[in-house]
Amino acid sequence: MSVIESVRYILPEIILTGFALVSLILGLFVKKKGLLGALCLAGIALAVLSLQESYKAASPLFSGMLLNDSFSEFFKEISLLVTGLVILISMGYRSFSDEDSGEYYFLLLLTAVAMMFAVSSNNLIMIYISLEAVSLISYILVGFLKRDIRSSEGALKYFLFGALSTGIMLYGISFIYGLFGTTDLSAISAALGSGNVNNFTAFISLMLILSGLCFKCALVPFHMWVPDAYQGAPTPITALISSGPKAIGFAVLIRIFLKNFFPLFPNWVDIITVISIFTMTAGNLIAISQDNIKRMLGYSSIAQAGYILIGFAVGTPRGVEGSLLYILAYVLMNLGAFGCVVLISNSIKSDGIENYAGLYKKDPAIAFMLTLFLLSLAGIPPLAGFLGKFLVFAAAIESKFIFLAVAGVINSVVAMYYYLRVIKFMYLDEPPGTFEAQAQPICLQIALIVALAGVLIIGLFPLPFLDWIAASLL
Amino acid sequence: MPFPILTFIVFLPLLGAVLILFTPKNKSVLIKTIATAVTGMALLLSIWLALRFDHLDPAMQFKELCPWIPQLNIFYHLGTDGISIGLIFLTTLLGFFACIASYGIETRQKEYFFLYLLLNTGMLGTFAALDLFLFYVFWEVVLVPMYFLIGIWGGPRKEYAAIKFFIYTLAGSVFMLLAILALYFTSNPHTFNMLELADSGNTLAKGLQILIFIGFYLGFAVKVPVFPFHTWLPDAHVEAPTPISVLLAGVLLKMGGYGFFRISFPILKDAAIYFALPFAILGMINIVYGAFVAMAQTDFKKMVAYSSVSHMGFVMLGLASMTTTGFNGALMQMFNHGTITGGMFLLVGVLYDRAHTRDLNKFGGLGVKMPVYGGILTVFTLASLGLPGLSGFVSEFLSLVGAFFGFKLITTISVLGIVITAGYFLYMIQRVLLGPLNHAWVNISDISKRELFTLIPLMIVTIAIGVYPMFLLNYQSAAIGGLIYKIGGVLF
Repeated sequence: MSVIESVRYILPEIILTGFALVSLILGLFVKKKGLLGALCLAGIALAVLSLQESYKAASPLFSGMLLNDSFSEFFKEISLLVTGLVILISMGYRSFSDEDSGEYYFLLLLTAVAMMFAVSSNNLIMIYISLEAVSLISYILVGFLKRDIRSSEGALKYFLFGALSTGIMLYGISFIYGLFGTTDLSAISAALGSGNVNNFTAFISLMLILSGLCFKCALVPFHMWVPDAYQGAPTPITALISSGPKAIGFAVLIRIFLKNFFPLFPNWVDIITVISIFTMTAGNLIAISQDNIKRMLGYSSIAQAGYILIGFAVGTPRGVEGSLLYILAYVLMNLGAFGCVVLISNSIKSDGIENYAGLYKKDPAIAFMLTLFLLSLAGIPPLAGFLGKFLVFAAAIESKFIFLAVAGVINSVVAMYYYLRVIKFMYLDEPPGTFEAQAQPICLQIALIVALAGVLIIGLFPLPFLDWIAASLL
Repeated sequence: MPFPILTFIVFLPLLGAVLILFTPKNKSVLIKTIATAVTGMALLLSIWLALRFDHLDPAMQFKELCPWIPQLNIFYHLGTDGISIGLIFLTTLLGFFACIASYGIETRQKEYFFLYLLLNTGMLGTFAALDLFLFYVFWEVVLVPMYFLIGIWGGPRKEYAAIKFFIYTLAGSVFMLLAILALYFTSNPHTFNMLELADSGNTLAKGLQILIFIGFYLGFAVKVPVFPFHTWLPDAHVEAPTPISVLLAGVLLKMGGYGFFRISFPILKDAAIYFALPFAILGMINIVYGAFVAMAQTDFKKMVAYSSVSHMGFVMLGLASMTTTGFNGALMQMFNHGTITGGMFLLVGVLYDRAHTRDLNKFGGLGVKMPVYGGILTVFTLASLGLPGLSGFVSEFLSLVGAFFGFKLITTISVLGIVITAGYFLYMIQRVLLGPLNHAWVNISDISKRELFTLIPLMIVTIAIGVYPMFLLNYQSAAIGGLIYKIGGVLF
C-alpha cells in the first residue's frame, strides 16, 4: 500500500503525537500536572476509539514497513492501557513537580507511539528504529529526577547497557540483510520456507537479535541494568519500563521468532529454555534479599519475564496464548503493585520494605490491594497471575517440556517467600509509632481500582480475555 | 433447576466474609453475629443435605454443572457422594463451633472473622469440587487466610510457623498442579472432570500413572501429613489460636486424605496398587513414630499435634489395604479424628485461657477444681486412644482389620502404636487431672457455658458413632464399595 493510502491506518499514532505536541507547548504556560495529565488521558481515549475504528488493513502499510494485523492490535491496546495507567499514577506522584509536567507527558505519549509502531513493524529496520525510540525516551524518563543522583545513575546504566545491546542487535540485522538481501520479514519468511538458506548463519544472526530483545525484556544475562534503573527512576516510570517495553519486547520476539523464523525453531528452543530457567531463578533468588520494594519488584519482574518466556519457548499456539494472557495479567498486577508503592511512598516517604510495618493500620485499603497484587504476582488462584502461570505450565506439560514446567513451579514456591515477606510486614507487624492518615490523590486510586478489577476479572471470568487473545493470534 | 444446595453451603461463608468487609470494625457484636449466622446456616444446610442424601446410591448426588472457562473445558462442577458428604458435614460442624470458640479473639476481630469465613469457603469448596481446576483453586484459597490466621493471632513463634506452613503446602501443591495438567493432556478429549478422568486415567501406561501419582502424592502427603513431610504440623498447630488449631487438625489434614480417596486412587489405580506397600509402611511410621514423639512432649498442644500425626497414619494404613473394610476405616478415621482432635484442641484452649501455660508438668490435681472439664477431657482422651464404645476405636479397628488382610507384620507393629497412644494420653491425664493440686491453680475456674456449648455436640457425635457406627458407615459404604469395585480391590 502506498504511503498516502497508509496514513489513515495510523490514525491512533497521529492522534497521540498531536496530543504529545500540544502537551509540550501547553506545558510552557500551564504548570499543572493534573490538568495536562487529563488532557493526555483524553488523547489516549481518542486513540483507543480510533484503534477500534477501521483498524485492520489487509496488506502491509508504508511499502511493507508496518503490518496492522490482529496480533499488533492486541499489543497496541496493551501499550495504550499501560500508558493510560502510568499517566494516572504520575498525576498522583508527589515527588514529581508541576514544573516539568508538559515535557514529561510529551515523552510518555511518545513512548506509547513508539511502542505502537514497534508491535506493528514488519521490517527489521523499522523494528530497530521503533525499539530504539522506546529506549531513548525511557533513558530520559529514568533520569527525569535531575537532582536525584540515583535517578541519574540509573539512567546512565540503563543507557550504557541499552546502547551495547542494541548495537549487537543491529549487527545481527546486518547479517540477516547479507543473507536474504532484504530486511522485510515477510520476504525473509518466504525465503526461509524455500529452504536454500544457510541455517547456521541465520541462526547466529537471530541470536544477536535475541540479545537486543533480551535487554528490552530484561532477561538473564541482560538484566544487570534493572535494579539500579528501577530504583533510581521515578516510581511511575519504573512502573512504565517494567511493563510497557517488556510487553513490547515479547511482542517483537514472538513476531520475529515464531511468526517469521519458525523453521529455525529446533535450533533455538534449547537456548530459550535455558534463558527462561536462568531468568526465573536469578530473579527470584536475588529478590529474596532485597530491602527496597522497588528493587524487589524489579527482580520479581525479571522472574515474571522468565515465566512468560516458558510459553514462548514451547512455541505452540497454546504456549503463545499463555504468554499473551500472562503479559496482560502481568501488566495489570505489576502496574497495580507499583501504583501502591507510589501511594505508600506519598505518605511514608520511603520505599524500604521494613517501613511497611503495620501498614494495615495506616491504610487498610492500600495494604489490602497491595496484598492482592502481590498474591497475584505469586500466582495464587483465583487471581489473574495464577491463570497466566496455569496456561504457560499447561503448554509446557502438553509439549513435554517437563523440566521447564518443574523449574517454573519450584520457582513460584521460592517467589512466594519474598512476596509474603512484604505481606508479613504489612499485616503481621505493628506500626512503629503514631501515624496520620493522608488523603490520597483520586487519580491514583482510579488507576489502582482499574488494575485490581482487571486482576480479579481475568482470574475469575477469563472467558472474554481468552477469546480476545485467541482472535489476536489468528 | 433444583436448589443449588452445595453452592449455598460453599459460598455462604464467603457471603458473610464480604458482609463483614463492609461492617465498621468497632461493631464487634455485629461481626460475630454475621459469622455465627452464616456458619450456622451452612451447618443447617449440610444437615439437610445429609437427610436428603440417598445412602444406597454410590454415584454423585446434588450435582451442579455449568461452564466456567469453556476454552479449556473447565467447569464449575460440584457434587457429593458418600466419600465427601461426611467431610462436608464435619467442616460445617467444626466451622460453626470453632466460630463460637473464636469469640475469645479480642484483637482485629473484623479481619479475623473475614479470614475465618474465607477459610471455610476454601475448605468446603475443596470437598465439593468435582473439577480438578476448581479443586485446585479452592485448595490454594485455603492457604492465604490460614497464613494470616496463624501469623496474626498465633503464639510467640507465629511468623515462623505461618510461613513454614505456607511454603510447605505450596511446595507440595504446585507438583499437584503439574499432575493435574498431565492428567488433562493425557485424557481425550481433554478434561478436568474427576468423574470422567476416573474412567480414562486408568487406561494410562503404568509408568506414567506412577509419575502422576507422585505429583499428587506430594500435594496430599504434605497436608495429611505423611512422614517425613510432617514437620510443619507441630509448629503450625502449636502456634495457631485455638479455633484455628481445631480447623487445622479437624479439616485441613483431611483435605490430603480426601485427595487420595477422590483423585489418586480412583483415577490412577495401577499406581495405587503399586504404591500399596509404601503406603502401609508410611502409615506404620506415622502411627508409631508420631506416638513416640507425642509421648516425649511436655507441651500439651504439641502432644495433641503429634497425636494427629499418629492418628492420620491409620488413614494411610487403611488406604494401603485396598479392601472395603480398610477403606471404610480410613474414611471414618478422618471424620472421627476431626471431631475428637477438634475437641482435644478446644480443651487445650480452655486450659490455656485460664492457666496461660501448656506445660504438662506444671499442672496436677485439676480434677478437683475443674470436675466438668476433667470429665470431658477424659471422654475425649479415651476416644482418642481408641477405647471401645467411642468413635476412635471403630475406625482404627476397621483400618487395622483391613490392613491385616495384606500386611500382617506392618499391621502388627502398627497396633503397638495404640498401646503407646494409651500410654501418653493416660500419662497426660495423670499429670493434668490427678495427683496433688498444684497450688498455683487454686483459683482456677471450671469450664464456661460457651465452652461447653462447643464441646458437648462433638462429644455426642463421638459417643453416638462409637455406640452405633452405622450412622456414619451407612453414608459411606455404598460409595466405598463402588470405589473398591472400580479399582479392583478386595471386597472384604
